Amino acid sequence: MKRFYLRAIKDIRDNRFLTAITVITIALSIMIAAAFALFFINAGDVLTLWQKGIRMMVYLDPEVSETGRIETKSRLQAIAGVQEAHYISREDALERLRGQMQHHAALLDNLRDNPLPEAFEVTLQAGARDSDTLQFLAERISGLETVAEVEYGQQWIGRFTSIIKLFSLAGYAIGGLFFMATVFIVANTIRLVLYARREEIEIMRLVGATDRFIKIPFYLQGMIQGGLGSFLGLTALFLGYFYLTRHFGAGGAGEMFQMRFFPAATCAGIVLGGMVVGWLGSWVSLKQFLK
Amino acid sequence: MTDTRNDAIIRLFHVHKRYGAKAALQDLTLDIEKNELLFVTGRSGAGKTTLLRLLYLGEEVSEGQILVDGMNLSRIPRGRIPRLRRKFGIIFQDYKLIPTKTVYDNVALVLDAAGRKPSVIPKKVKSVLRIVGMEDRMNAYPPSLSGGEQQRVAVARAAVGDPKIILADEPTGSLDEEAAGLIMSYLDTFHTRGATVIVATHDKELLRRANTRVVQLRDGRLWPSDPI
Ligand SMILES: Nc1ncnc2c1ncn2[C@@H]1O[C@H](COP(=O)(O)OP(=O)(O)OP(=O)(O)O)[C@@H](O)[C@H]1O
Ligand SMILES: [Mg+2]
Repeated sequence: MKRFYLRAIKDIRDNRFLTAITVITIALSIMIAAAFALFFINAGDVLTLWQKGIRMMVYLDPEVSETGRIETKSRLQAIAGVQEAHYISREDALERLRGQMQHHAALLDNLRDNPLPEAFEVTLQAGARDSDTLQFLAERISGLETVAEVEYGQQWIGRFTSIIKLFSLAGYAIGGLFFMATVFIVANTIRLVLYARREEIEIMRLVGATDRFIKIPFYLQGMIQGGLGSFLGLTALFLGYFYLTRHFGAGGAGEMFQMRFFPAATCAGIVLGGMVVGWLGSWVSLKQFLK
Repeated sequence: MTDTRNDAIIRLFHVHKRYGAKAALQDLTLDIEKNELLFVTGRSGAGKTTLLRLLYLGEEVSEGQILVDGMNLSRIPRGRIPRLRRKFGIIFQDYKLIPTKTVYDNVALVLDAAGRKPSVIPKKVKSVLRIVGMEDRMNAYPPSLSGGEQQRVAVARAAVGDPKIILADEPTGSLDEEAAGLIMSYLDTFHTRGATVIVATHDKELLRRANTRVVQLRDGRLWPSDPI
């Protein structure tokens, strides 16, 4: 194995310039594709964070009696998708409003009557947080006769989700494109090396070398190029990420949100993937060259 | 040696080789004995190189059969060709040394490709380079060698794997008499060590000195009459 490795290294050294260009191109491809993936991971994080916060305010009819209220609570909790219906009395509601208004809270002191209705704050199960289900649940709850109004402010989350979905489609397309580009680049480099070595390869065959013996160094070369390229691409991306988080803080999506890089296992996977792609590129060239 | 007669290592039956309309070899039937030293002669274009190429499957026959050491060449699958080629040590008419590898690496390649243990390779390579007197040039690159020196490296490479058969295509082609004699003496050495040696040549001087069988080709046919 060592001699194959040495032959691969020698080829790489003999074709330094070509190899460097290949590795840089692979690095760029990987960097762009990985940047997309990183964006999705973080956008996904933001989305789940927001979705966790989704709740519905169910305002009750002012005329509802105490029994009616208790009944409404059990009915709400019986609806599939509802996790919890938390009662908010008129006083609690006023207290909350006061909290939200901060220094303007004094305005509320002038009120003679508490104008706020009784309400239930409904939290939802994880599976029910997309916009379609939200809308469906809101309609069902409005149907209850004790309910005056249902409010869920975060309709825009639905729009955000569809935008991310659209982007992820574009991401897959770009990923696929870069995958093919990388295979093509490695294949081309290996082809040039094969071409430069064609006489030598012919002589090797004449003295009884097997195809395996001839091919292995080229596979190694492709794998080294792919692995090195993806490693460099990832490193560059990490530096960019590091710079961004340093200079722009957590990323402006709320204090709870922590921007993150790929976990180590994913990084290893990407480098491994680069090696597989390099191998594939060599395979393509060798298949053509050594029919 | 008489007891090994009829113990053929190579047998050709009615072999034809055509390149398009051009017949390079026609109806060639020939047995070559184990450990024979055989000369194949004939003018330029008579088919000497073609004959050698057919033996190691550098070309396929157009018609007929060839057996090499018990292997029927028309039945060898592609994956087994390397095994056939390792039975041969070949000295090509144009040497075919790899210009970007040192003399040592050119010779070692054969053992490496045959999967020999890396630990035995240096000793083997150096010993064969010593026989052809190229041990002190083993770190040189072929383009920096004279024709005769390249030829000696080619001989070393052909012999290093202890092949059963050595094919030498015009091994003294462009050499002066002294250098040619030297090459012939190396081939003799490998012959006495047990190899079957086939030399294609139109070197009259070489043939005059040879006291073994000589077959002559004329327009791709075996010429039965007295060759010289
Ligand atoms: N690849 C090829 N394609 C077409 N014709 C060929 C090919 N190889 C050989 N020939 C023809 O076959 C004939 C025999 O060629 P070959 O090389 O065997 O001759 P030779 O006896 O080795 O000659 P020389 O002494 O010049 O080396 C020649 O007429 C040659 O032109
Ligand atoms: Mg010839």
